Amino acid sequence: MGISASMLSRIPVFGSPITPGTNLQPVDVALKKKMADVVLNAARSKGATYTDVRIGRYLNQFVVTRENKVQNIVDTQSYGMGIRVIANGCWGFAATDKLDNDSIAKAAELAVAIAKENARIQTDPVQLVAQKGFGEVSWKTPIEKNAFEVPIKDKTDLLLSVNDAAMKGGANYVNSILFLVNEQKYFASTDGSYIDQDIHRIWPLFEVTKIDSKTGKFETRQSLSAPRGMGYEYLIPRESDKIKGVATLYRDRYDMLEDARAAATQAEQKLKAKSVEAGKYDLVLDPSHLWLTIHESVGHPTELDRVLGYEANFAGTSFLTLDKWQSGKFNFGSKNVNIVADKTQPGSLGAVGYDDEGVEAKKWDIIKDGTLVNYQTIRDQAHIIGLKESQGCCYAQSWQDVQFQRMPNISLQPGKSPLSPADMIKNVEKGIYIIGDSSFSIDQQRYNFQFSGQLYYEIKNGKIVGMLNDVAYQSNTQEFWNSCAAVCDQSDYRLGGSFFDGKGQPAQSSAVSHGSATAHFKGVNVINTARKI
Amino acid sequence: MAILSEDDCRAILKKALSYSKADECEINFTGSDSGNIRYARNTVSTSGVLSQSSLVISSAFGKKLGVTTTNEYDDASIEKAVRLSEELAQLAPENPEFVPFLGPQTYAPPSKTFVPETAAITPNQRTTMVEQSLKIAKDNKLTAAGFLQNSARFSSMMNSHGLFAYNTSTDVNFSVTLRTDDGQGSGYSTKGFNDVSKLDTLAFTKIAAQKAAGSKGAKAIEPGKYTVILEPAAGIVLLEQLYGSLDARSADEGRRFLSKPDGKTKLGEKMVDERVNIYSDPSHPDLPTSSWTSDGSPQEKRSWIEKGVIKNFTYSRYWAQKKGVKQIPSPDSIIMDGGNASLEELIKGTEKGILVTRLWYIRSVDPQTLLFTGLTRDGTFYIENGQIKFPIKNFRFNESPVIMLNNLDALGKPERTVSGESFQSALIPPMRIRDFTFTSLSDAV
Repeated sequence: MGISASMLSRIPVFGSPITPGTNLQPVDVALKKKMADVVLNAARSKGATYTDVRIGRYLNQFVVTRENKVQNIVDTQSYGMGIRVIANGCWGFAATDKLDNDSIAKAAELAVAIAKENARIQTDPVQLVAQKGFGEVSWKTPIEKNAFEVPIKDKTDLLLSVNDAAMKGGANYVNSILFLVNEQKYFASTDGSYIDQDIHRIWPLFEVTKIDSKTGKFETRQSLSAPRGMGYEYLIPRESDKIKGVATLYRDRYDMLEDARAAATQAEQKLKAKSVEAGKYDLVLDPSHLWLTIHESVGHPTELDRVLGYEANFAGTSFLTLDKWQSGKFNFGSKNVNIVADKTQPGSLGAVGYDDEGVEAKKWDIIKDGTLVNYQTIRDQAHIIGLKESQGCCYAQSWQDVQFQRMPNISLQPGKSPLSPADMIKNVEKGIYIIGDSSFSIDQQRYNFQFSGQLYYEIKNGKIVGMLNDVAYQSNTQEFWNSCAAVCDQSDYRLGGSFFDGKGQPAQSSAVSHGSATAHFKGVNVINTARKI
Repeated sequence: MAILSEDDCRAILKKALSYSKADECEINFTGSDSGNIRYARNTVSTSGVLSQSSLVISSAFGKKLGVTTTNEYDDASIEKAVRLSEELAQLAPENPEFVPFLGPQTYAPPSKTFVPETAAITPNQRTTMVEQSLKIAKDNKLTAAGFLQNSARFSSMMNSHGLFAYNTSTDVNFSVTLRTDDGQGSGYSTKGFNDVSKLDTLAFTKIAAQKAAGSKGAKAIEPGKYTVILEPAAGIVLLEQLYGSLDARSADEGRRFLSKPDGKTKLGEKMVDERVNIYSDPSHPDLPTSSWTSDGSPQEKRSWIEKGVIKNFTYSRYWAQKKGVKQIPSPDSIIMDGGNASLEELIKGTEKGILVTRLWYIRSVDPQTLLFTGLTRDGTFYIENGQIKFPIKNFRFNESPVIMLNNLDALGKPERTVSGESFQSALIPPMRIRDFTFTSLSDAV
């Protein structure tokens, strides 16, 4: 088939209003509803008993710089449709970026054909927990300033000034990047929902490198920012959002310039820092570090699909087996450990109005006073733990990927008694205060983990006495959370997170936040990571 | 999107390029058709097909560059995407590191990256291949979770200096984990090929089944330094941290394990055991890859580590120009030489050691020494006097591939394997390594 026949005949009939440069406004809802109805009807006519369709346009912008150079400015967009059906009791999925009526109807038929083909090797039919239709509704991330609408020059000026501050502070190299995401997604299902959502995320990052040319030793210090479900307002500093201490930390507004200046100084300090002596230490973990430990050791093992074995071939299973939950007594952590799942938290990466199978966002307890009380799940697994409704944890990274269970924001609740990080440190005899995230690794059932940070401060008899280096801590999840002696109060609560939580086959990324206040863990095993090659 | 022919790609690229008003414009046009089945708890879980494509448009005015992507192909959308890349370029400050796009290049004849039978796999074939895997699980009273995916792709590019390149490829990847019903044993197997006729899901699932049954009742032994045999699926995830880090610029700038004091590097120095030879070869019959890269540079056969000596670094076009050397792109395929010994023969020749099926969650700990951490998984066994004696509990390791290859004891016969971290394929031998550093025990099965 020649180019004219193969390509031009498949020009999207709805393509004309959808053009780069004018794509900040989502596609007209009426148009998307028409397309969705074509798919729902086509699938039903071929025997689907349930169908959902996601029409998505996914926009990314990357502004990439190093030192005094803008290396790249990249705008990406991807537009297409994912169709999921149940036929003969089995799931089928097809995705296409050819969006004329004929092509999308054929994709729906293909999804049904795949479901029917696979039904012959399926043991039990899919059971979807009931979900009411919401009719035509919409939701938008509550941003103050759309980062995609901010002039490119403002963004490059900011990053170049950040780099300049680091270089003037003595850095040898600095790389910085601004990463913006806009998911314009439309969901429709045979349950009667037509949901239009406009999701925004932002992540400013840098890495400062300092080299001792005589010894050849080098150190880096990465930004202490967090990725957020916010607009460009995150990058407009506000004094009331700063927490001053041995390093300045940030709540809901980030001062990138100030952090870069500090990073240059701290990278130099890291080069001269004392190598840690291996042994047991009390750890005081800042939220800029603790979010990742929460993610790996609480977020993942409480995913019900992992518990059930759906991820056994890749991401792994979980030590939090159903019998532990059913007992109602499984001691996950100390009484100070209260952890909630929350898809509604403003400014977080996981905040949406509805998940990717049309379930309204909600909030629930996972660990209550140290005891395991719940998991995270979706419509086809909710019945296994006796739920009458899904917890709304379904997500696909784009139109072209099938949706499945993904982690909501999972956060450690702040302590109820007034406690600041400074007061917490006063109670530590021999410890390490860790700020920022770095290396992270955990086994496939989430028992054994190892984490590192950006900055390590030695605590002796209630006082910070200097900086340490070559630090990593290893622990077992249950032991670690049972060693949690205290959590600071609400005034210290902050969000960390990532755009890139990987799971599934084919692997998909999901953006998720984890909140906490600074927390104190007793007697954790610290290793020295220095080696020679 | 269907797998477009060279003529189809040339036509659409030519049209897209005709809209360009920039000083220079380069456009990459890629597309794929893929299908997959995922299964768990001995039944299918998700399954689907995907058809996709993308135009990546890079426009430059002087040293100012802007890039856009689109997957909408009506004339107006393509022209808008070209205009947007130009607007972005005009808004960008000059990048002194910008290097003009390449002119026409000569590429080696394409290797056999595309196998029509792999491109033609149907949903029915996928289901049948998974059915065979599930049969092994059920016959052995084990629980299977696995994944089978096949893809066919086209890649093409054209620029305003007259460069044009085109290639097609296929691949099929399979992995399976079998677990005992009591959750006390787990075994893994993975394979990937361009040619589906080489994929025997039944045979590969049998390997995982043996490991699952054999790993039940694991004993705990003390963490410490042990001789290990890393199967190719385990070795690749550490080796790729080494051969994926040979960037000249980072080494020259003093911020890699390859850097030395005062701006010098370890290029040309012996860093690992002299039996280590690592190279890339786009025309290798067992691992064919494209003869050109995404910026249009030719891919050639090239040695990276020869007799333990760091033979080549990768050079970006900018860094090559600055250093006055030839550009060397990152390789698409990696082959590590080995010997003729089978895995079984390596085990027979081991007095005391540990057989490692798979390494998992590999993360950098110290870039200065290329130190990584991670864990063993899905089949870890103690070897004594040339025989597997008993399964052992999993370990966390902290080890550098540089130290590991200095402690090389023996190499087996290379085989094609897939990285569980990067999903890239390579030809890697099983390796016997002395003094591999395990730092703690894991309760995970």
